[in-house]
Amino acid sequence: MLAATVRVTRDLDLAEECTQEAYAEALRNWPVHGIPARPGAWLTTVARNRATDVLRRESALRRVLPLLVLDEPVAGPAHDDRLRLIFTCCHPALSPDARVALTLRLLCGLSTAEVARAFLVPETTMAARITRAKKKIAAARIPYRVPGPGELGERLGAVLAVVHLVFTTGHSAPTGAALRRHDLVEAGLDLARMLHRLLPAEPEVAGLLALLLLTDARRDTRTTADGRLLLLADQDRSRWDRGQIAEGTALLTESLSGGPPTRYAVQAAIAAVYTEAPTWDDTDWTEITGLYEVLLRLWPSPVVALNRAVAIGLRDGPQAGLDALAPLLDEPALATYGYLSAARADFLRRLGRRAEAVTAYTEALALTGNEVERAFLAGRLAELG
Amino acid sequence: MAKYLILIYGDEKEWAAATPEERKQKEAAHLAFMAAAGSRVVGGEELMPPDTATTVRRGDADRPAVTDGPFLETKEVLGGFYVLEAADLDEVIALAATLPEVAAAHSGVEIRPLVDHS
Repeated sequence: MLAATVRVTRDLDLAEECTQEAYAEALRNWPVHGIPARPGAWLTTVARNRATDVLRRESALRRVLPLLVLDEPVAGPAHDDRLRLIFTCCHPALSPDARVALTLRLLCGLSTAEVARAFLVPETTMAARITRAKKKIAAARIPYRVPGPGELGERLGAVLAVVHLVFTTGHSAPTGAALRRHDLVEAGLDLARMLHRLLPAEPEVAGLLALLLLTDARRDTRTTADGRLLLLADQDRSRWDRGQIAEGTALLTESLSGGPPTRYAVQAAIAAVYTEAPTWDDTDWTEITGLYEVLLRLWPSPVVALNRAVAIGLRDGPQAGLDALAPLLDEPALATYGYLSAARADFLRRLGRRAEAVTAYTEALALTGNEVERAFLAGRLAELG
Repeated sequence: MAKYLILIYGDEKEWAAATPEERKQKEAAHLAFMAAAGSRVVGGEELMPPDTATTVRRGDADRPAVTDGPFLETKEVLGGFYVLEAADLDEVIALAATLPEVAAAHSGVEIRPLVDHS
């Protein structure tokens, strides 16, 4: 509805305002005249009519204001509007922070306060960030359209990165009392589904959706009933969402048959190997290590190198894992990354190097803001005495 | 349509060190850019090096202070500019991406929308 109204207004603020007014009008009108046969269409029509009125009244003023989009006749179905809106929100000329904020605000309908809470900044900061981004869209004329084939690859990358970030921020919340933030996980899944519906032939999109589904399939087993963290090794595999795993695996196959493997498809493949194993001990560590090596080539990042080192440790034993982690200790990007200390701590504990393990667990504890993860690390520390 | 300024920045030393052959290649690339942009180019010039720049700003006792050099002392200096008229930012990005300064490691371009005072 918002996206359809943007098409008329070419102004995000005005479109939001008109959409809200349409809801208010429905509250007044429907109790008197009854709910219309197609409530969504009714709301969209009211919002667009309202926008047209405002624009007509302001047209003299608006001629000198920068427009949001090109003047092009559009009569596509509503899903095209959502696709245009997400490419506008994730335009590379906007800062990465602003891309995420705009997407959550305009496509997922989160309030500015909720977006601020998700990314741990004060609401005023987030409001200013969103306002600045909207101003830039208008002033620089960032177009409201899906990029052509020539630029789609690069532009789609920014969109997928935002969707992935929204999901991962929800999957393991950086701070807070709960391990998982339901609203962000759902927003990430919805966006990935929408993109796949709109761009069914893009292997990278299918790969991302597969990754999110296969990761989220484990959601109910990641903590105990009383909220304690359960590692993959200790999870009740019978409670994994088999429907979601089947859907994710099918999408992964689709993605891999569509061309060379993408970063998300390789990550999805790793998740699939985990879900295929009947028990933790039956996990194919050789396959997982190999996939991390492929991933490291596609996406050279210290975090991927860390995961690869952990996989080596699970394949070849804790000493091999510790050796593989050693070169990463000087990596500045990982200096405040709690999972590096946590991985070291676990290998040291299994080697019986108690004092060193205590130091590493203490370090990991200091670097983690999530209460569930903190409780888990504190428990391990207590066991070491 | 809207107007945009493309500012071409680069390392002055690298520019000065270019061989005649490299300069010729760069000029040819700019001619190709202008041919591709066509009537969308409304203006543009190459600037003299920054050591020819003069800066005027407020000095003591409300008298303007005149100093040598560009307004900002940075390694990367403004070397030239184009003014383009285009429908939207993507159109300008696509054109700007073909400039030879975008391909070089020591330079790049900045796109700024111009304020419409009409």
